Amino acid sequence: MSADLSELYQQVILDHNRRPRNRGKLPTANRVAHGNNPSCGDECSVHLRLDGDRIAEITFDGSGCAISQASASLMTTQLKGKTAAEAQKLYDEFHHIVTTGEAPAEISDLAAFAGVHTFPARIKCATLGWHAALNALKGDPLPATTETHKD
Amino acid sequence: MFDLARTRADFPILHQQVNGKPLVYLDNGATSQKPRCVIDALVHYYERDNSNVHRGLHALSMRATDAYEGARARVAKFIHAADPAEIIFTRGTTESINIIAHGWARAHLKAGDVILTTEMEHHSNLVPWQQAARAVGATVRYIPVLGADAEGGLDYAALDTLLTPAVKLLAFTHISNTLGTINDAARLCARARAIGAVTVIDAAQSIGHTRIDVEALGCDFLAFSGHKMCGPTGIGVLYGRRDLLDQLAPDETGGGMVVSVTYEGATWKPSPERHEAGTPNIADAIALGAACDYLDEIGRDAIAAHDHHLAQIAMEKLSVIPGIRIIGPRAGQPRGGLVSFAFAEVHAHDIVTFADEDGLALRGGHHCNQPLMRKLGLTSTTRASFYLYNTAAEIDVLVASLHRIQKFFVG
Ligand SMILES: Cc1ncc(COP(=O)(O)O)c(C=O)c1O
Repeated sequence: MSADLSELYQQVILDHNRRPRNRGKLPTANRVAHGNNPSCGDECSVHLRLDGDRIAEITFDGSGCAISQASASLMTTQLKGKTAAEAQKLYDEFHHIVTTGEAPAEISDLAAFAGVHTFPARIKCATLGWHAALNALKGDPLPATTETHKD
Repeated sequence: MFDLARTRADFPILHQQVNGKPLVYLDNGATSQKPRCVIDALVHYYERDNSNVHRGLHALSMRATDAYEGARARVAKFIHAADPAEIIFTRGTTESINIIAHGWARAHLKAGDVILTTEMEHHSNLVPWQQAARAVGATVRYIPVLGADAEGGLDYAALDTLLTPAVKLLAFTHISNTLGTINDAARLCARARAIGAVTVIDAAQSIGHTRIDVEALGCDFLAFSGHKMCGPTGIGVLYGRRDLLDQLAPDETGGGMVVSVTYEGATWKPSPERHEAGTPNIADAIALGAACDYLDEIGRDAIAAHDHHLAQIAMEKLSVIPGIRIIGPRAGQPRGGLVSFAFAEVHAHDIVTFADEDGLALRGGHHCNQPLMRKLGLTSTTRASFYLYNTAAEIDVLVASLHRIQKFFVG
């Protein structure tokens, strides 16, 4: 397997793909947003319970490639307990990682996605769950998609 | 059988490395590669004959017109149409179907009528009918696909109840781009004709792969794309019976399709000009004619036999990979030259990304067939689709790659 491909499919990603965390619906959710990329068929819904400004609980469900599913799974572990502003900041960092491959040392798990940047067609897979989560936080009723923009 | 090595030599694009491996192009269902003679036809036209057609009296315009109309006659012969005027050049299958859905369906359908199609249609032969039905208050009904893996093909027995007098149009695909199922087009057309319904065949997947005779099939309309039959992109065909095309309202109006224009209005020429407003896609039509020549030289029966041969080898070798689910006809049954499959644990896009490392061009996704995918409980499949230049050795590359992927993801 090439170095690029093993960079893309890091152990962390394979692990989240095989054993997704926080997968399923959330009966107590007070925010839900749906994300889909119609041309490739990936779907990801994010369910969260906001307690004041903080994400008290968060789950995702949907179907798609290993990159999209692992990214959504890992995201839920990172966003729990965060405020909307903190979530946005984390996404900005994640976006920087997947588009440039540069990962600051302090955010080790998200750095597993650095390999995505050499596969530009897959960036939209990695960011789909995040867009759904940000929409849920904003209360945006529109389904999120990452196919219309570059990221 | 034809000479595979010689055929491969006709396609310049095949002789390259992708990710350090020889290209194994198995995405022919999406688009085929182009032989040298088709590329040469384009170059020759632009270097020697380029001019606008029909309106000119100078040498180049006459040459361009002769070549363009020659291509029309060539395509007519290719599908055994009675008259070149029954060939309308379009952008492709999608546009051809839309012309009927706009012109014929909206003029002839009324509330309560039924458009009958099947559960295995490409979105291009589905959405235009839904839109036409919506516009006039008609209903779209579907011939069911049988079997948990769609292995049973169309439910022909259901035609007895589905073909009611309310059915005014039957539209169906000749070969499914997702399943590989070969539908019995002549039987479907005969049944529809018996109740006076108009028939539309989506021949996108069959045109370059099997002999097509519109008279023997007994269809009223037939649509296909040049790019899936060794021709260029941007050119396709709508075949229609002459009387139907001459009645059909033009979808687009403008130059070239009018008899007489006054400040008050205009009158239309008969087919084909009636349906080709504006400067047509001259170069690509001419190159499509060259593609017809190329395919007939090799022989479409030989191509169909080659497709079948590769599909059977692929079925045999793929079906033993642990965890694979193949949809469409079972091994040994007739199928077009493609195989669609899914693994519970590995998503199609991961497969396609991995296979690309091995030089393989595959397609993963819903193949513009979302309702069928949903019915089969799938969100996507990986598809390997073959053509006249593919070899059995290339299937071995595919199988080895899938074993490696399966091992990586599942262990
Ligand atoms: C069965 C079928 N119908 C219609 C189409 C649409 O063809 P085009 O995109 O060339 O208009 C395709 C192409 O994928 C197809 O496979």
